[in-house]
Amino acid sequence: MFSLHLPGDDVADLEYDLCVIGGGVVGLAAFRQFCLAGLNVILVERGADILSGASKGNSAILHTGFDAPPGSLETACMQAGYAEYLAIAPHLNLPLLQTGAHVVAWSPEEQAALPGIVAKAHANGVMDVAEIDPTTLYAREPHLAPGALGAVEVPREHVIDPWSAPLAYAWQGLAHGGTIWRGCAVLGGARRDGLWTLDTTHGPVRARTVINAAGNHGDVVEAIARPSPFHVRPRKGQFVVFDKPASRLAASIILPVPTERTKGVLACRTIWGNLLVGPTAEDQDERDLATLDGAVLAGLIAAGTRLIPELAGETVTATYAGLRPATEFKDYQIEVLPNLGWITLGGIRSTGLTASLGIAAHAAHLYGEAIDTLPQAPAPIWTPVPNLAEHLPRPSAEGGHLICHCEAVTRAEVEAALAGPLPATSLGGLKRRTRVMLGRCQGFYCSAAVACLANGQLVDMPGAST
Amino acid sequence: MKAQADVAIVGSGPAGLGAATALAQAGLDVVVVEREQEAGGIPRHCGHTGYGLREFQRLLTGPAYARRLVSDARAAGVAIETGTTVVALTPGGQLDLASSGGRTTLTARHVLLATGARETPRSARLIGGTRPWGVINTGALQQFTYLSGIRPFSRAVVIGTELVSFSALLTLRHAGIAAVAMVEAGPRIVARRPGDWIARLLLDVPVLVSSRLVEIEGGTQVTGVVVERNGTRFRLPCDGVVLSGSFVPETGLIKEGHLALDRGSGGPAIDQFFRTTDAQVLAAGNVLHPIETAGVAWAEGRAAAAAILADCRGDLPCGPGTQITVGGGLAYAYPQRVVAGGPPPGKLMFRARATEAATGRLVISAGGQTLWSRGARLLPERRVQLPAAPVLEAARIGEARIAFETQATS
Repeated sequence: MFSLHLPGDDVADLEYDLCVIGGGVVGLAAFRQFCLAGLNVILVERGADILSGASKGNSAILHTGFDAPPGSLETACMQAGYAEYLAIAPHLNLPLLQTGAHVVAWSPEEQAALPGIVAKAHANGVMDVAEIDPTTLYAREPHLAPGALGAVEVPREHVIDPWSAPLAYAWQGLAHGGTIWRGCAVLGGARRDGLWTLDTTHGPVRARTVINAAGNHGDVVEAIARPSPFHVRPRKGQFVVFDKPASRLAASIILPVPTERTKGVLACRTIWGNLLVGPTAEDQDERDLATLDGAVLAGLIAAGTRLIPELAGETVTATYAGLRPATEFKDYQIEVLPNLGWITLGGIRSTGLTASLGIAAHAAHLYGEAIDTLPQAPAPIWTPVPNLAEHLPRPSAEGGHLICHCEAVTRAEVEAALAGPLPATSLGGLKRRTRVMLGRCQGFYCSAAVACLANGQLVDMPGAST
Repeated sequence: MKAQADVAIVGSGPAGLGAATALAQAGLDVVVVEREQEAGGIPRHCGHTGYGLREFQRLLTGPAYARRLVSDARAAGVAIETGTTVVALTPGGQLDLASSGGRTTLTARHVLLATGARETPRSARLIGGTRPWGVINTGALQQFTYLSGIRPFSRAVVIGTELVSFSALLTLRHAGIAAVAMVEAGPRIVARRPGDWIARLLLDVPVLVSSRLVEIEGGTQVTGVVVERNGTRFRLPCDGVVLSGSFVPETGLIKEGHLALDRGSGGPAIDQFFRTTDAQVLAAGNVLHPIETAGVAWAEGRAAAAAILADCRGDLPCGPGTQITVGGGLAYAYPQRVVAGGPPPGKLMFRARATEAATGRLVISAGGQTLWSRGARLLPERRVQLPAAPVLEAARIGEARIAFETQATS
């Protein structure tokens, strides 16, 4: 089940049915989908580990799609993805925390927009979305700042674990015979006689069909097949995560009334028991590095404190920034090019975590329709991931040798994440698999012990052997 | 492991072990719970000398000092349970414990919190830039160097000039890591002499004052930092950043528990007998007041032990006591409240966490009436000691207030 192939392995002559470019949540969902369908699939990811790009930093919310554009592909994928997520969550041990959401109006203008939000939700088939009065809102959210004029409730919005879920997709694909190469960048490619040969940093990869799920590099990869019909301009979102006691201050996801350009800054609990405020929406040309700005972070804290005054005095546990693959188009850029054996899954700008399973199912549909019949799928092998959610039992509940005290991570959990399947290859990857070093001390107490355990296995953390 | 004890102590640093040894020597049944695999606290990984003068009348390195604290405690009959985390502290002196042996419960007549303090991480400092490997606190640097034998980077910038920042310099030297510069946001070095002499003369490290770390650069590993001084930004190439000082109490255990915390100090609020708002639970050491030396924490542990022994004799007064208000340029004062009666407490102290030096008057008042005042010059991170008598008198009158009235800043 180990999948980290190195250059020089005798694999270059293999022919795959499908090569997925990009190990983010969309690529991994597609990988899972086609592996489950019985195809011989390889996924190549340029980062040291999966989830190295857009998927490593998001708001970690499973959306109903209540506010998505009615009739759009995005809405259809979100709702299909939402339904499948709920269906497979018990089998893969994906945690779910149904917090619900409230879109809160703070001005008469925003209040006037609430009926439209309800109407849009109903047009999207999310029929339990309704307006509530301030009394009801404050009964549910007593820590919210005074002055709310009204709100829309969205009962079935969930907070989820944005990293365990795609890891579960990867594991399930691997269990069905898939292959994942990490640290493998695609440099170019050519198609001859119905077969793609992708030139990668690990040597040539041959596949009959290619899926472009390259996220923030989607248009660059698209140019291998054709002049890209879209241009990616990453939209940066900075976030502030408050320490666990702050999670008492918001029961639900607190959303502002959205603007044309962005859904705005939200506040919500996280699946790890913290409270998150963000994101910003800052367009940039840089595709890989999401830099934090101290003044912007202070502004986010101020915005959060305006929303929830008691946040003043709560301590900050983490700050991060993510890059969403925005394009000049609002909707997803999803297309099948039958003659080229190419499927584009591009421009998944901000709803990819929710929509990924729906996007993958849609891609399978396009494949079956335009490229080749999908074989009869075998019964799925379920690969449950370890639970990292705070509200559900974790291994440390039974005791054990705790290595990370802030997040109650056991040494055994870290050792498991450093071993197969798909062992962590970067410190970020290890953190995402275990929560180690993600707590309030950020590694003051445990980073040296983690480095000893990792022993040079992580590209960005020195070990005794490096 | 035992299910009952006279005293359960959380944390095996100088405060916890200082208290434990004194209590065991007085004949009490004492259990110290330590979540790390080794007892001794932060000094375990401070490889340089400077410890033990107050406690053992000799200079020791941190690890030797920690070993001595542990062996003295064991010799006195203290049970030290390492690798054991306190998951919850509940009223009635009950500790829920987790260790490789599983989950257990320990109930004690007195609980002493001695969980110490840690440095503020990068996130809570709201530092901009990318998030590569190589940005760590002094505590982590020391653990890499003295416990793991791993060199985390090769050329580091040290942020801060507190006492611990100079400990970081010594650690860097020990690890063979070049110190590029020290960067201090304030106009002068925070630590008392001879810290700055060590930097300038012994280690030849440039100290950049009035300079603020703005941004960290690098993809996988740090490649440099951007520093701003007098409105000008410049870049310092390095592959590591040591974020030193800015200590905060380690209160993970009690943040969501039943004890009142002082927003100013970040630690539990206590009375003059080290009792938190749960009279069965006491607190001592740096969890009360980031940050003092190991010797101060040790002495405070001993003073808390004396309070526990007094309570066992029925000598401590009860009651909610009088809250002491803090104002005017002071971040916090402790003890946070005073209970009338009982044996005379040790010295009452308060510390200011002013970001800039200030000159003015310290004033103790009650109901608007000044009971005591004197001219003072406050410096960041420096402890200021107050006479006990006027504070106790103010508490007796009620509406007790400790304030710093600024005359001028410099």
